[in-house]
Amino acid sequence: MSEEPVTRPVPARRRDTRLDAYAHNYAERTFGMTASAIRALFAVANRPEVVSLAGGMPNISDLPLDVVSSTLSDLVAERGTQAMQYGAGQGEPMIREQICEVMRLEAIQAHPDDVTVSVGSQQGLDLLTRIFCDPGDVVLCEAPSYVGALGVFRAYQCQVSHVAMDEHGLVPEALTEALAAHAAAGRRVKFLYTIPNFHNPAGVTQTLERRERIIEIAQAAGLLVVEDNPYGLLGFDGDPTPAIRSLDADNVVYLGSFSKTFAPGFRIGWVLAPHAVREKLVLAQESATLCPPVFSQFAISAYLSRHDWRGQIKQFREMYRERRDAMLAGLQTHMPAGTTWTRPTGGFFVWVRLPEGLDAQAMLPRAVSARVAYVPGNSFYADGLGSRHMRLSYCFPTPERIIEGTRRLGEVMAHEASLHETFGFLGSGAAGGPYEAPGANQS
Amino acid sequence: MTDQVLVLSGGLSHEREVSLRSGRRVAQALRSRGVDVVESDVDSGLIARLAELGRPVVFPLLHGEAGEDGALREVLTLLDIPFVGSVGSAARVAFDKSIASTVVAEAGIATPRQVALPHETFRELGAAALVQALGDQIGFPMMVKPSRGGSALGCSKVSTAAELPAAMVGAYAYGAVAVVENFVEGVEVTVAVVDRGDGPQALPAVEIRPDSGVYDYAARYTAGATRFLCPAELDDDTARRVAKTALAVHDVLALADLSRTDLIVTPEGVPTFLEVNVAPGMTETSAVPLAVEAAGWGLGAMCADLVAVARDRGVRASATRPDLPVLP
Repeated sequence: MSEEPVTRPVPARRRDTRLDAYAHNYAERTFGMTASAIRALFAVANRPEVVSLAGGMPNISDLPLDVVSSTLSDLVAERGTQAMQYGAGQGEPMIREQICEVMRLEAIQAHPDDVTVSVGSQQGLDLLTRIFCDPGDVVLCEAPSYVGALGVFRAYQCQVSHVAMDEHGLVPEALTEALAAHAAAGRRVKFLYTIPNFHNPAGVTQTLERRERIIEIAQAAGLLVVEDNPYGLLGFDGDPTPAIRSLDADNVVYLGSFSKTFAPGFRIGWVLAPHAVREKLVLAQESATLCPPVFSQFAISAYLSRHDWRGQIKQFREMYRERRDAMLAGLQTHMPAGTTWTRPTGGFFVWVRLPEGLDAQAMLPRAVSARVAYVPGNSFYADGLGSRHMRLSYCFPTPERIIEGTRRLGEVMAHEASLHETFGFLGSGAAGGPYEAPGANQS
Repeated sequence: MTDQVLVLSGGLSHEREVSLRSGRRVAQALRSRGVDVVESDVDSGLIARLAELGRPVVFPLLHGEAGEDGALREVLTLLDIPFVGSVGSAARVAFDKSIASTVVAEAGIATPRQVALPHETFRELGAAALVQALGDQIGFPMMVKPSRGGSALGCSKVSTAAELPAAMVGAYAYGAVAVVENFVEGVEVTVAVVDRGDGPQALPAVEIRPDSGVYDYAARYTAGATRFLCPAELDDDTARRVAKTALAVHDVLALADLSRTDLIVTPEGVPTFLEVNVAPGMTETSAVPLAVEAAGWGLGAMCADLVAVARDRGVRASATRPDLPVLP
């Protein structure tokens, strides 16, 4: 090595950069939109070597692609110029009528005028939050709640307040307590966001009695209920439980979607809302998108008209039931002692509570190394709790892969448990927190 | 041999996403110089793909295991395929922070006081006693990190004994051995060393000032979250020492073509080695492209030269330098 280092000439002017010319220009609501090591791990989860029990992608391999293909082909040939043109901000009349027909399966009586089509129900929730919430407004959510909803509430700078749930869904007494606490503190609660059927991520379903009680509480408090129901028609046992909206047309806004009953790529969902809310929603929709995707609406409308969509949903249900059974069997065989989990009667997800001391977020890198992935529970809480839980999806992998995934997960948990045995209980947020998480007694 | 260049990125490591971004950027840079580039992930079709392409020059931009631990480079050597960067045996030594630190320290370069421990050692000796000993001997604050890995994944700054167990568990989630070392206060800089065929040259040091105070994953890959100064705010003597240290690291570890050495410059002006990367990040928020620009080079021209060097050099044997100590 020479005494003088071989260096490039140093430039006369020092560059002082954040590698983002607009770093100081972003709105406050972008705070927290940062790179995440945990999110980056999901890039590995998409590789075929990994059994991903993480994503909630519907399995659409059973769709009759020949029917879809001919439907789309005919659509372009026969009504292409209309289907590829701008449309109504509220959505196309024909599909709004068909949406009402779909909702009747869950006992909802609705008029097409009260339906606003959205870009997936995700955008419906975004529009609702936009028209209702100012920064700092309180939104009540189940504990845990859908990560995509929490993202919307965060983007509008809402204060999310979690309400306990158990194996029968949202606990009415906890809702009453939360409302009282916020009222006492002078905080305005704008709405309750709830997923009554086959909850994402908890996998539990509100009983009809619970729904009735929740509506009573909401009516008494003047509380708007936002019912998000993407999985309602994917139940494995018997008829669907009547939607909350079927119990009260005036105080419930209902979010629906074709993403799970047909295909998510079309990005078509809807909002059923009381007329005053609907009027504002339509204006918000026009401001956001001018109109929801017209071609997608025409395509879904044609599919519903030409295909036995009820039979297709039945086929989906059977396929998901088989996967659910594989997941439960795998968990029963491979989970270490002290693990509990919910037993969903529909939908896509199982919510697993880890043995004391284990932290699902801290364990994820090890799981990815072992070629299995899940979503750590704290993703479903706005307040950082939940890391003793994880969400497992059974919707996409084959039953054999699901069982293999649970086997790998069992080994990962055993290894993690041995670490905790060495270092003792860490108290690093792994505890369940103040909420009664579902599944505690269901192993 | 074909004129094509195969940019390898992705893989199955925890840094897959970063690697894909690095790969895309280098591929674009090479194309801007008219190089015929094929991009590929590392999967079960790779060996067949290499054969189909007729022995291209490979530019590995795999971060983390398999890419930086030398394994894939060994395979390329086995297949007689020329590639940019260090050979497998050198990469293997450089990738392991505890082994690289030992080698570098023996060459007279300052390193943190360090101990590398597998989980089993805590189990055998008793975690409480060992945690106590680490606190007594290393002192607080300390850094805990996986011995193999990058992007600060699994790394924690530990200020009290109570925080140490969680930090150990966090590091073990990324690998079997964790490194515990004293936290070195000072200016954080990173120095790229590039050899375009006329010998290794140190590029201007990049000084790193994360808003959060910690250059963790979010600070590394969120545009705007970290302030970069290039060249670093160092006096001329210190800047020279920093460059010399990076060149010495590159030399003593027998690295080739491209490396990036991370250092802390203490208040006394001593460059202290933290780690070296044989496949440094090339993303939009990475330091090496900044240093390349400050050096008055273009990223495309530099990458094209590295490819030309690799092509002219041809296949290398993967042998550890004879003057390196025998390592486990």
